[in-house]
Amino acid sequence: MMADESVLEGWRERIADAARAGVPLRLRGAGTKDFYGEGLAGEVLDLRAWRGIVDYEPSELVITVRCGTSLSEVEAALAARGQLLAFEPPALGADPSLGGVVAAGLSGPRRMFAGAARDFVLGTRLLTAQGELLRFGGQVMKNVAGFDVSRLLCGSLGILGVITEVSLKVLPRPRLEETLCLELSAAEAVAAFNRWAGLPLPLSGAAWSQGRAWVRLSGAPAAVRAAREQIGGDPAAAAVAAGFWSALRHCQLPLFAAEGIWRLSLPPATPPLALPGEPLIDWGGALRWYANPPDGVAVRAVAERAGGTAQCWRGAPTGTRFHPLPSALATLHRRLKERFDPRGVFNPGRLIHGL
Amino acid sequence: MAASEVIPDIATALRAVLPAECVLERAEERRPYECDGLTAFRELPAVVVLPRSDEEVRETLRTCHRLRVPLVARGSGTGLSGGATPHPAGVLLSCARMSRVLEVDPVSRIARLEPGVPNLKVSEAAAGFGLYYAPDPSSQVACSIGGNVAENSGGVHCLKYGLTIHNVLGLRGYTVDGTRIELGGLAPDGPGLDMLALTIGSEGLLLIVTEVTVKLIPRPPCAQLVMASFADVQSAGNAVAAIIATGIIPAALEMMDRKASAAVEPFVHAGYDLEAAAILLVEADGTPEEVREQVEEIEAVLRAAGAGALRVSGSEAERLLLWSGRKNAFPAAGRLSPDYYCMDGTIPRKHVGQVLEAIGQMEERYGLRCMNVFHAGDGNLHPVILFDANEPGCWQRADRFGAEILELCVALGGTITGEHGVGLEKLNSMCVQFSPGERAAFFAVKEAFDPAGLLNPGKLIPTLARCAEYGRMHVHGGALPHPDLPRF
Repeated sequence: MMADESVLEGWRERIADAARAGVPLRLRGAGTKDFYGEGLAGEVLDLRAWRGIVDYEPSELVITVRCGTSLSEVEAALAARGQLLAFEPPALGADPSLGGVVAAGLSGPRRMFAGAARDFVLGTRLLTAQGELLRFGGQVMKNVAGFDVSRLLCGSLGILGVITEVSLKVLPRPRLEETLCLELSAAEAVAAFNRWAGLPLPLSGAAWSQGRAWVRLSGAPAAVRAAREQIGGDPAAAAVAAGFWSALRHCQLPLFAAEGIWRLSLPPATPPLALPGEPLIDWGGALRWYANPPDGVAVRAVAERAGGTAQCWRGAPTGTRFHPLPSALATLHRRLKERFDPRGVFNPGRLIHGL
Repeated sequence: MAASEVIPDIATALRAVLPAECVLERAEERRPYECDGLTAFRELPAVVVLPRSDEEVRETLRTCHRLRVPLVARGSGTGLSGGATPHPAGVLLSCARMSRVLEVDPVSRIARLEPGVPNLKVSEAAAGFGLYYAPDPSSQVACSIGGNVAENSGGVHCLKYGLTIHNVLGLRGYTVDGTRIELGGLAPDGPGLDMLALTIGSEGLLLIVTEVTVKLIPRPPCAQLVMASFADVQSAGNAVAAIIATGIIPAALEMMDRKASAAVEPFVHAGYDLEAAAILLVEADGTPEEVREQVEEIEAVLRAAGAGALRVSGSEAERLLLWSGRKNAFPAAGRLSPDYYCMDGTIPRKHVGQVLEAIGQMEERYGLRCMNVFHAGDGNLHPVILFDANEPGCWQRADRFGAEILELCVALGGTITGEHGVGLEKLNSMCVQFSPGERAAFFAVKEAFDPAGLLNPGKLIPTLARCAEYGRMHVHGGALPHPDLPRF
């Protein structure tokens, strides 16, 4: 069901009231990522009422949806026409809204091979602190008119305004998908992932968990068959493979039952880190998850030395949840926030403490 | 501040921090920098600086910032929108001497580059590892990677491999006051706002980049091109949609209208079908088996969509020959006409027939010819308007013709620039695409990075006053109030 325009009118009033009263708003879709970010503050503005697929033309490879539309509704519409969201956004709970998916900017196992969430954002509509509805980007693949504010909003956690609508590039479902399993050590797996990524192979996933490497191939049947020969290993049964990639994408593998979880982003070829415990490795080596590390400070230092960053995903953070920003970059964040949201109405402190 | 007051101060100040050979002051030395690829716009910069290192860029910035002097960065000067047109009272910073490939890492599949490295050199440096850099603007022999970052450049393979933004991993450089800044890097999706995405395509208004880290990808072992003729443009457009509907994402999917193929054929002898209203060039790449499968399928779809003659490249030489016409469309326009003006709108693909028909009507109305090349896969249209700048009023007509095409693109849900950028050229059209609130948001971004407004001032975002002025001209039926006055 499409929403009517009075929804946005109501939000405008809430924004104006919030600015007047000095009580900020906490933008919320389905609430599946309430745990995510530095902290929650303000009165909830529920964004689910502005929902519906505004436009979807498979031959244009673009879908435009309102922020409250659920991920499952969008994926079902795409699947019916043989297409998908290639960045595989995680559903970290029941069924996230697309606005939340874009505001968090998280990507799944295909990220290193197909692109990140922001790579698929073509356009957005933003309801600003001034109550204006602005449009950035559009519904076309190539668009360099003005600054790329749409992609800036992807991953902004709502601190610049309400993302009311997004246009996303979509892709055809691969003709064939196969998963190979290889018994490898973490070091061997990372080396192999990076070697294969340098060859013309139709990789769409490369992960390692508990002594086993999982390699997903997606594409034209001829290319998948040729790659299977080159990589070796044992083909996983379709249901097993689907179960693994889904659990990896949605953070449902056993590691995610831990109370404390750290998420490290690294140069993909980084050898195994000197940290206690065995990681779960995704993104061909570039994403590594650790359960219950004894010392968050050490995790952050090790990640930084390797040229990466570390985020406390679940559990009590040591200092900030997100990796701290260098001061020059933090200054730019502050100045952007001051200009987009001078009264501090939207999601204060969610992306960066005090902002 | 008059240019004459500024020049001695800024030049002296720059010479105090830079080696003498890096600072060009004499008019004849500055002359080569007066324009970029959009030659209709010319300005002599007050000073030209040719830094050779990161530190020299920093010193240039600090000096300009201290004296509040505008600064315009320039790569190879191949840009088509006046993004590198100098400021008459400012410094033109050329990256020409910063052209080293700093590192090629085949394991991490990245290259670290100084901003002046030509686009094609990146792929050449990576070729020994079976890797290449995907974005391939037509000017790739000359255009620099720094310029590509500034413009978010595309090319003919964007549909499958993306634009610059999809292929750049990290940037290093300086903010306007000479503060070092690093965005992105080898570790993906870092914390905070995606300033890397914001900076790419920002046309030199936000930062000065001194190092670019790009993603290298494996070179597909095989590529084959299918050329198809169509008796009408709409059928060619439908064929494009039909290919996408099969689930194939071709490596490239290009369209040329009859005027374009007729213009290039005598130039390249590629064997284009000159009877066809439109020809499509569809490229498949991948493993030999994969390409064979895809080509068969593409041929079947094209036939079903009403293609007349079909030709499949039988060799790499033939593939490159068939491409050569498309890649030489602009030089061919230069042979046909004393001047040409290349537009760069993007539309939802489905409207291509309607747009080309409308352009045909505009040709009659403006009394100018226009040939069309089209990145059909991603909806990016390049109408090339032929005109003679020596004929009084002719450039003004070409300019209005181009603006009307862009307005049509916006009306159909598209954009005024797909890959060439706004620069100075499309400032008026920005007034059509964006509301005052949206333009204010762009200025807010600009102020956050460059409060004093020194980096490439006057480009990319039109002021309220300019849009008001343009709006008034519009009211008068598209006719300029004083058509004989030079406007630039």
